[in-house]
Amino acid sequence: MPDALPLSLSGLTKSLPGGRVLFQDLSLQVRPGEIVAVMGESGVGKSTLLNLIAGLDLADSGRIEISGQALDSLSDDVRTALRRDNIGFVFQAFHILPHLTLAQNVALPLVLAHAAQREALERADAMLARVGLGGRGGDFPAQVSGGELQRIALARALVHRPALLLADEPTGNLDPQTAERILDLFSTQVRESGAAAVMVTHSERAAAAADRILTLTSEGLVAAHAA
Amino acid sequence: MPPDRALSPTLLRWMMLGEWRARPSRVVLAIMAIAIGVALGLAVHIVNRSALDEFARAVRTVSGESDLQIHAVSPAGFPEGLYPQVARAQGVAMASPVVELAARTDTGGQFTLLGVDVLRAAAVTPSLIGRRPGADTFDSSEAVFQADALFLSQDAFQALGRPVGARVTVTAAGRSAELQIAGTLPAAASGQALGVVDIATAQWLFGQIGQLQRLDVRLQEGADRARVENELGRLLPRAAELVTAETEARRSDNLSRAYRVNLEMLAMVALLTGGFLVYSAQSLSVARRRPQFALLRVLGLKPRGMLRQVLIEGAVLGVTGAGLGILLGVGLAALALNLFGGDLGGGYFAADRPRLVFTPVAAVVIASLGLIVALAGSLLPALEASRAQAAVALKAGAGDAGDPRRAPMPWISVALLGAGALAAFGPPVGGLPLLGYLSIALMLAGGVGAMPWLARVLIRPLRRLRNPAPPVALAVARLWGAPRQAAIALCGIVASTSLMVAMAVMVTSFRGSVDEWLVQILPSDVYMRIEDATGGGIPPEVQARIAALPQLEAVDFRQEAPLRLAPDRPAVRLIARELDPATIKEVLPLVARADIPVGAVAAWVSEPMADIYRLKAGQRLTLPIGSGGTTQVWVAGIWRDYSNQFGAVALDSDDYTRITGDRLRSQAAMDLASGVRPRAVAEAIRELLPPAVARQTDFAEPRNLRAVALQIFDRSFAVTYALEAIAIVVGLTGVAATFSAQTLARRKEFGMLRHVGVLRRQIVLMLATEGALLGLVGAVAGLALGVAMSQVLIHVVNPQSFHWTMETRLPWGLFTILTLALAVTSAGAAVLAGRGAVSSAAVQAVREDW
Repeated sequence: MPDALPLSLSGLTKSLPGGRVLFQDLSLQVRPGEIVAVMGESGVGKSTLLNLIAGLDLADSGRIEISGQALDSLSDDVRTALRRDNIGFVFQAFHILPHLTLAQNVALPLVLAHAAQREALERADAMLARVGLGGRGGDFPAQVSGGELQRIALARALVHRPALLLADEPTGNLDPQTAERILDLFSTQVRESGAAAVMVTHSERAAAAADRILTLTSEGLVAAHAA
Repeated sequence: MPPDRALSPTLLRWMMLGEWRARPSRVVLAIMAIAIGVALGLAVHIVNRSALDEFARAVRTVSGESDLQIHAVSPAGFPEGLYPQVARAQGVAMASPVVELAARTDTGGQFTLLGVDVLRAAAVTPSLIGRRPGADTFDSSEAVFQADALFLSQDAFQALGRPVGARVTVTAAGRSAELQIAGTLPAAASGQALGVVDIATAQWLFGQIGQLQRLDVRLQEGADRARVENELGRLLPRAAELVTAETEARRSDNLSRAYRVNLEMLAMVALLTGGFLVYSAQSLSVARRRPQFALLRVLGLKPRGMLRQVLIEGAVLGVTGAGLGILLGVGLAALALNLFGGDLGGGYFAADRPRLVFTPVAAVVIASLGLIVALAGSLLPALEASRAQAAVALKAGAGDAGDPRRAPMPWISVALLGAGALAAFGPPVGGLPLLGYLSIALMLAGGVGAMPWLARVLIRPLRRLRNPAPPVALAVARLWGAPRQAAIALCGIVASTSLMVAMAVMVTSFRGSVDEWLVQILPSDVYMRIEDATGGGIPPEVQARIAALPQLEAVDFRQEAPLRLAPDRPAVRLIARELDPATIKEVLPLVARADIPVGAVAAWVSEPMADIYRLKAGQRLTLPIGSGGTTQVWVAGIWRDYSNQFGAVALDSDDYTRITGDRLRSQAAMDLASGVRPRAVAEAIRELLPPAVARQTDFAEPRNLRAVALQIFDRSFAVTYALEAIAIVVGLTGVAATFSAQTLARRKEFGMLRHVGVLRRQIVLMLATEGALLGLVGAVAGLALGVAMSQVLIHVVNPQSFHWTMETRLPWGLFTILTLALAVTSAGAAVLAGRGAVSSAAVQAVREDW
């Protein structure tokens, strides 16, 4: 479906096991190349929203479409394959595998999709060069700084050219200067790749890098202001 | 892109190699655990196979190329009139008559003396034809026909210690004669001490005129074997039985089957312990890598891909360990055959240095078991990895994924323990206690599975301590709050401890019962025995002179002889001694008795005999003795006997003489007059015995007999102790490795504790407390489970394997030492690992992702 939106949410409702409603009737459409920042108080359900979009959790009701494909009717296996091929992730805690080289870490989504090892590593090296770590593919994570780890995470999130990028507090573990550089890199790379991005953050500065800023409340997503 | 598969080979390789690079010692340990288990299993199998092979070669040496054999059911033999009838029977090409006697020489050497008809034997059993020195073919010269020519096998030469040409005095069946060593038996198998003479010589010199012990039969080409066997069966008197190659093989197999199966099962215990180590290693690895696996799930790895990842890791450990185990096993078998012989000290086979027989099929089967154990050990961690909620695991990090508020449920374990208890009541399968072993395996699985629950139950009282020291409070909170982590460490301790305790209780009970039994059956002051008294013994007039000796207060002359009750089973022992039904309880350790009907001949059968031939006190039994060929006796009681594994039947001496006409006696139990020394009695008796008999007579005091018996007991259990020790070392190594791995995985927690002000030594103390508590919980659980499993060994496995019963005796000293050793080892391992973890930079530890 070439004209389908990377992400479309409609009428989404989610409650916690105890019965507390996190949000209801939540809707959102994200266009290719658009970065959307989602803000909100702790515990309001920002990370849960990301998990629902990624197919890692199930909504009580409503519809989630990734590149035009509705998640709610899919089996776990198909949701996993859809996630693998269409979504990239950036986490606050980086989550870089310590025993793999930087290139192997970046190549993971390609390898998971059964790309040939050589091709996967070549594309990973090229991606590392795009995030400023050219020539360091053979290094191990213990040899790089926190900021560099997040660059690697960004490279991994984009290496398989996903339609949608999900970022959970991508600068939460970084100092302001490093965070600034990572955000620049993030927005540049997302726009260059043509992917859409949803970024959950507490940081006003991080949110400022987005095209739209939304606040999550129990009533749903409320537009804060245009970036 | 290739078709969608659950797991990419590249990812599998990267993840596996990365993990192994990061934790090589744990990989090596898991591989070695499997390798040791496979090696022990294969080594025991090769040793057993080699011994049986050697045994079969020995049987072939004696029976040669014969198609059938007719054996006497007792050493007294059968009338030689049977020989021409058998030789003329339809389908028989040739029969070769044999006299077979136990013999010894004046130099003390012992061997089996065979008297053969050279011309017949050359056609039927050529391996029994001798060769003179220098002759390059089997001897057909007149030396073979020389009346006093004796040809010896290599083992008999060694036993006699005399060269060819030497003259030796040979004693057999109570008679002595001088023979000349004329040559060798080059075709005799090693381990066979054989001497061959002309059959007429054997019959004449050793009082066997008109008697034979064996007929070797060769069938005509194309003869219908079944029909010939039927025909011969009709010809046979009760004193003889037909033995085919199959029944002979089955008898040799029956002889040591239970012993071999038990050794193989014990070796499997080590493999099972190895399986728990693999489980422990894989569980820790999965727990530590939980966020890594969660990331892969988030990035698109399907649950079954995750399952395969962990299972393939386990399979690679299993295959590597099994391959290494095969190499180690062959080496270990060669070493064991060289050091201990074919029965590993069990005393079942004569050949002491069998050739190593490697059976590839067995190696593959045992290696496959190693692989299965490794896979089974990986299955639970693999399932856990594949079922984990990716988003939750990514945030939670490494460690115990469980909610501390949820109490672990013991129901599955209770079901397994119940099934184990039920299986213990099952009958033997194919004569083997397979359900008994299944019961032990189920109990072990149930016991290990109950560890999280038991750890909580045992730790709970410590939570109520008032104002405990911070390290103790932290340790108790950790063990209570992360029971699965505790259980992973505990499963290795509990598995190895319970198996060790079960074996120790069984061996202690067995040894104690044997010791008590020895005291009960050896009440006299001195015992006399004529070695190999085949057909011979002390005549009645000499018995009377001995009884009249003033040095003796009382004497009970006894006779013993082997009795073959079934062609495919080893012979039982017939014992004739003074037995009075009124005082029977004082002389035999009875476990059952029945009233004796008027006029019935009372017989008391041993427990093994009652078990093997399904006899009960108060039923009739037909014995192949007496002038009519058989005699019916009444089973008046069943007595405990550890000396004859294949059964014994005791008759009163007078009944025996009346039935068989045999007045000779080969043994005596004597009570000495006050102040008389045993040696003086022995000298006085030797003076009264015929010289040939005196040479074969030994005297012993009960304490010496008891010491020898216990020595034999300890020797036959030596391999058991060794296998058990190896299983324990594997288990304890696993405990140390588990603590080390868990401690290293908690560096972040230690870093946090250091940040909030906990002293380094307090962390070490906390770890020591955790280790000691876990060791104690493991010891308590291992002891309880071990004692339960020992009851299956004592009341199911032993009676079904060896037909022996015994009372439970608990080695309290060993229990105490074991408990302390476990607590100290666990605490020590935790502290050693903890010191390394605590010494690393606390700040760095907290900042680590995983």
